[in-house]
Amino acid sequence: MTTANIHDWLNEHSDYLYRFALVRLRDPHQAEDVVQETFIAAIKSSSFADQSTPRTWLTGILKHKIIDVMRKSMREIAASDLMNDEDGNMDDFFDDTGHWLDTPQTWEMPDNALEQKQFLGVLQNCMDKLPTKLATLFLMRDVHETDNEEICKELNITTTNAWVMLYRARMGIRKCLEINWIGA
Amino acid sequence: MDCKQASQLISQSLDRRLSLRERLRLHYHTFICEACKRFGQHLHTLRVAIKRMNENVENDTNVTMPSETKARIAKSIESFVD
Repeated sequence: MTTANIHDWLNEHSDYLYRFALVRLRDPHQAEDVVQETFIAAIKSSSFADQSTPRTWLTGILKHKIIDVMRKSMREIAASDLMNDEDGNMDDFFDDTGHWLDTPQTWEMPDNALEQKQFLGVLQNCMDKLPTKLATLFLMRDVHETDNEEICKELNITTTNAWVMLYRARMGIRKCLEINWIGA
Repeated sequence: MDCKQASQLISQSLDRRLSLRERLRLHYHTFICEACKRFGQHLHTLRVAIKRMNENVENDTNVTMPSETKARIAKSIESFVD
């Protein structure tokens, strides 16, 4: 790795890497930090193989750095808080007999570019409304597409805990989307 | 199986392979329950929408890293090169 190389890479790929991190971490400062760490790791490493493109290789490093940040933010949430009910009591969604209180309506993502943009805006707002811990897990699994086993290992939770929390996150986002999209 | 259990299994089907028995019961439930069928479609739509959202941001060349940050990174990597 030469200085010239790494500067070319910085020019060519840093914006892409920044956007990749931004959509997953949703925090500009954290995104900047992981991109910096990625370039530092890249320059220290000698493992770049010519069969991979620089962008693919750098993105691979970045993915690990993103997981590190997500893990840290999950650790800051006390383990006992992970499973408490205040943020997603499922009784809010079903009656005593297990039937939907509010029946899911018929809707889908619009094809039309402008409407789709609005739809994704609503989705974004709904994700922002999730409690931090659910949001982090949801980002890890459904946005970053981290393997479920890896999530459990990283966060030191059981697979059952992960399923329950992902269920709560998806229930919350779906309902929010339904109310705010159809209601719009 | 009620709707609460069905919705849990539908969500879990995104995270693990359901057993044959679970799949059959869920299949039967969603066959007769329009609400849970829609719920399943919504979770699928949610996945597709998030993929689209990721792609949109990743390819949005209007979103760039601040130049001060680039300069800072350039400086910080200098110190690792001889």
